[in-house]
Amino acid sequence: MRFRLTDDQRALRQGVRDLLARRFDRDALRAAVERPGLDRALWRELGAAGFFALRLPEAAGGVGLGLPEAVLAFEEAGRALLPGPLAATHLAAGRVPGAAEGETVVTAVDPGGLVEWLAEADVVEGDATGAVSLRSVDPLTPLHRTAGGSGQPAADHVADPVAVLLTAAEQLGTATRACELAVQHARAREQFGQPIGAFQAVKHLCAELLVRVEVARAAVYAAAVTADPGDIAAARLLADEAAVRGARDCLQVHGGMGFTWEADVHLLLKRAWVRTRRAGGGTESEELLARELLTAAGR
Amino acid sequence: MDLSYSPEEEDFRARLRDWLGKALPALPPKPSPDDWPGRRAWDLGWQRMLYDAGYAHVHWDAEPTTRLIFLEETEKAGAPYVGANFVGLLHAGPTIAAEGTDAQRARWLEPILRGEEVWCQGFSEPDAGSDLAALRTRAWRDGDDYVVSGSKIWTSHAEVADWCELLVRTDPTAAKHRGITWLAMPMDAPGITVRPLRTLAGSAEFAEVFLDEVRVPAAHRVGEENDGWRVTMVTLSFERGTAFVGEVVACRRVLGELARAAHADGRWDDPVLRRRLALLEAEFRALWRLTQWNVSEASAGGVPGVGGSIFKLRYSHARQELYDTAADVLGDAALDLDRPWVLDRLSSLSYTIAAGTSQIQRTIVAERILGLPKGR
Ligand SMILES: Cc1cc2nc3c(=O)[nH]c(=O)nc-3n(C[C@H](O)[C@H](O)[C@H](O)COP(=O)(O)OP(=O)(O)OC[C@H]3O[C@@H](n4cnc5c(N)ncnc54)[C@H](O)[C@@H]3O)c2cc1C
Repeated sequence: MRFRLTDDQRALRQGVRDLLARRFDRDALRAAVERPGLDRALWRELGAAGFFALRLPEAAGGVGLGLPEAVLAFEEAGRALLPGPLAATHLAAGRVPGAAEGETVVTAVDPGGLVEWLAEADVVEGDATGAVSLRSVDPLTPLHRTAGGSGQPAADHVADPVAVLLTAAEQLGTATRACELAVQHARAREQFGQPIGAFQAVKHLCAELLVRVEVARAAVYAAAVTADPGDIAAARLLADEAAVRGARDCLQVHGGMGFTWEADVHLLLKRAWVRTRRAGGGTESEELLARELLTAAGR
Repeated sequence: MDLSYSPEEEDFRARLRDWLGKALPALPPKPSPDDWPGRRAWDLGWQRMLYDAGYAHVHWDAEPTTRLIFLEETEKAGAPYVGANFVGLLHAGPTIAAEGTDAQRARWLEPILRGEEVWCQGFSEPDAGSDLAALRTRAWRDGDDYVVSGSKIWTSHAEVADWCELLVRTDPTAAKHRGITWLAMPMDAPGITVRPLRTLAGSAEFAEVFLDEVRVPAAHRVGEENDGWRVTMVTLSFERGTAFVGEVVACRRVLGELARAAHADGRWDDPVLRRRLALLEAEFRALWRLTQWNVSEASAGGVPGVGGSIFKLRYSHARQELYDTAADVLGDAALDLDRPWVLDRLSSLSYTIAAGTSQIQRTIVAERILGLPKGR
């Protein structure tokens, strides 16, 4: 048992990080907020880099890697706050022509009835007839709601575990970004003649940010290795917490500036909120774990 | 990333499981919590059984993975944990192994492993808890001995200990962190008075220790004179880094028992309770994964890094939450000291204090891991 990244995995993560730093840096993020819309060229670049075809077998023209690698790539996407129906397109690779290459943008109707990026998608999985657009809380994620959508999936619904895991990986990346932003600000901003990071109240907010990130990371990576639905549900719950609480604490560390449109903090929080509703939401993961708790025999 | 175990590791697991199946039924009944000599004998008896079966070393020089398997299997089988041997096995021993001389290793390590000698930790003082380096217990040199006077507090298992890892001030003129020395003090030396303190759980788990011109041979000094703070950091990194990991498996077992109890009495139909238990299940799964991650990053027998503070922080709060949830499952029975989990709930209140409070751990994480500036 060696539960740590291999050299290849580190290289892959760095590769995705470099690509996103080049193609979707902070200026690009802010530009996307002002001019919403999917950057098709970037989508194709991601496709060329193998982002969508990562888990497709080499015989089928894919990269032939596994869930752990996909999780690392999605973590980076979450860290960069990359917009778009990334998970749906990734899951469609190999099934929907052009998805693997980033030529076709695929979105999916969530069991609760929400659809991300409906107007921009080339292919919609699920029935979205009559869907109406919402004024999305996240300026970077356009949302529709289907006519029959209740907001809650059916009680016996089971979300695709891979969709849940990739969502958790994005949350992990966003949580990591929140921690980095908070620490940067705590070092730079001065009050009472010293960096606010020297004050224990601020320090402790930052420490808790990191603790949540590291616990979520262990859970998400382990779930990627085992692909066990219970592990995936646990990972999702911890990653949701790390991202949502992390963004809120990051906002607190930023003070008044954190409450502005100018600061990126709200973008982290709003995206984290959107993801908590995806793929059955946290409730479905909780109920799954509750069932496992009862049935796990002789663990 | 690999979470599978090699055939050799699985073989170790199978042999251990097999041995546990035979050894545990042979254990004598557990003495009452107030019977300290009885508890000492029982805990050491278990350690001796481990020694005879070849498992005593498992916390020290075994492959980190072997250690995880050992913790998993012993906890699952309901085997005793380290008990009175806590300090010796989990931090005094490892400190001596890392910082002691050959003679010191030869003198102290085997008796710990064989279950012959119990250690306690004489760090905290009435006026030096979180601010440990403010300690005032004095030691001065007299021939081949140090002569020690002062007092220690919250010393767990002091009543039944043979040795104490003791911090003393050897240079009162030096800066706070510079004049400290780490000594191994025999607990039967003249001049030592142990006064038990009653905990909120009702038992005498720890004690005050008064030291009146106690003579400790200079040969019992671990590390250099006045370099004890550095040695202390090694001790604390073991205490925070690795000492709690086994208990995560125990928490998962308790959680399963809680779920079954709630199911049996119909409380399971309450979605709020169900989801609270599920969140704890997520929590302890993740803490076990974090353990596996930390262990994979560490080398065998090495000194753990400050990452242990992350684990310690999260774990101590999770365990308190676990027993608070147990109280919800119990309802009125949570007020009955004879019911399971009620004493555990009381004990769990110490986790966010002992071995460095949560506030201190947060400061460590912020300053030593995140690199935030030190406060004035
Ligand atoms: C069950 C138990 C067993 C123990 N066993 C041992 C043992 O065997 N050997 C041993 O040496 N010690 C032992 N201890 C002592 C333990 O290490 C101390 O209690 C602990 O370090 C806290 O010190 P204190 O009790 O003096 O509290 P204080 O340091 O007085 O702290 C009181 C409160 O103030 C907060 N505080 C203090 N300083 C700061 C700061 N700088 N920033 C923010 N908050 C701060 C603390 O977090 C705490 O909330 C044990 C304690 C318990 C509860």
